[in-house]
Amino acid sequence: MARYRCTICGYIYDEEEGNPENNIPLGTRFKDLPEDWVCPICGASKDAFEPSE
Amino acid sequence: MVLKPLEIKENICWVGAIDWEERDFHNFEISRGATYNAYLIIDDKITLVDTVKTKFFHEMMERIRKLIDPSKIDYIVSNHVETDHSGSLANIKEIARDAVIVCTSKGKEGLCRHFDCKDWEFKIVKTWDKLKIGKRTLTFIEMPMLHWPDSMATYIKEDKFLLSNDAFGQHIASVERYDEELGVEEAVKWAKIYYANILMPFGELVKRKLDEIGELGIQIEMVAPSHGVIWKNPGRIIDAYKKWASFEVESKLVIVYDTMWNSTAIIARAIAEGAGSRGVKTRLFHVRKSAWSDIMTEFLDTKAIAIGAPTMHNTVFPTVAGFLAYMKGLKPKNKIGVAFGSYGWGGGAVKEINRTLEDLKFDIMEPLQIKYRPTEDELSSAFELGVKIAEKIKS
Repeated sequence: MARYRCTICGYIYDEEEGNPENNIPLGTRFKDLPEDWVCPICGASKDAFEPSE
Repeated sequence: MVLKPLEIKENICWVGAIDWEERDFHNFEISRGATYNAYLIIDDKITLVDTVKTKFFHEMMERIRKLIDPSKIDYIVSNHVETDHSGSLANIKEIARDAVIVCTSKGKEGLCRHFDCKDWEFKIVKTWDKLKIGKRTLTFIEMPMLHWPDSMATYIKEDKFLLSNDAFGQHIASVERYDEELGVEEAVKWAKIYYANILMPFGELVKRKLDEIGELGIQIEMVAPSHGVIWKNPGRIIDAYKKWASFEVESKLVIVYDTMWNSTAIIARAIAEGAGSRGVKTRLFHVRKSAWSDIMTEFLDTKAIAIGAPTMHNTVFPTVAGFLAYMKGLKPKNKIGVAFGSYGWGGGAVKEINRTLEDLKFDIMEPLQIKYRPTEDELSSAFELGVKIAEKIKS
């Protein structure tokens, strides 16, 4: 499972953890996140994310 | 030329500005004005930490000139890009021509979008990077989104001194520079207002950053924020931040409303009476007559929120729409929510209020809508709603 980093604020989207607060279940791949999903911390859109360690 | 610096620790001086008159901080009502705290560290390398709003440049310079020749400043640490702190950066760079700006990479990006910085020299820092300025070594701690992407804090190990920028800040203009001079609990009260209106959405980040700082094992004897008084009792404000960041709540109901012809107001009062009758602490705010900053401060530790609006042109009354937008941005958590209002024919306000309560994932109760003026029975049901909210709070 991969991790992706928000280049605006540093938030890490971990595929294993998902983003349950915003109805994204555990294990959801980044590419499968809805296009209108935004960084839960700073609101940046998906295209502001880059793969992370 | 009466403005003086204040020595906080040996060779660390406050050189900021006091904004006695300001009552509006980008729409955040600040009833006691504000300060913009800049600090000068006089070591082998003279270092200025943050500046002040541009209009107070001369006040800061008057204080600095009493200590040193400002053209000799070696470093200017920019803990935050927002112009209440960076506002005098370009002005001072014209005097301190060789000063290197120390900030995060997002800091440089942000500063260069506010100023013409092509001739400026930058030193980009990350968490735990160190800068030796003589007897002292500065350590930087990035804190992205506390509350902007560029934000960081600066720690001086030798003095056990944390320059926390907006974190732990308060908007209050005063001659007092320390928490104890103002009264520590008084300072915490102002810090709570600040937290509720600036940092509320970032509770998780606040908790994590406090844990991280705890793990770094650094000793902190004093915290010097960029607004308000300096904490000689850092433990007290750190504890408060932990509570606020966790949204610890009281048995409380805050009701916010507006009204066109008094019907929604009457309903609001009946709800308040109902909740109060069950011993729940209740606050009632008319959205146009109250400072929204005060309402948000009450929201921080309330268990329940009730929002009422009349419907106008099939939509939520615009002042309440404005308040909902303000509240939504601040993302209060761990709340029971309920919408209410008087309507004439089509309704619509309550549905829109509910949408915001849903977006915020509040535990939502059945809304109350009443046509025009409530009857005695309808007023009783509003009272009953207050009672039900109280029971839900206590359950």
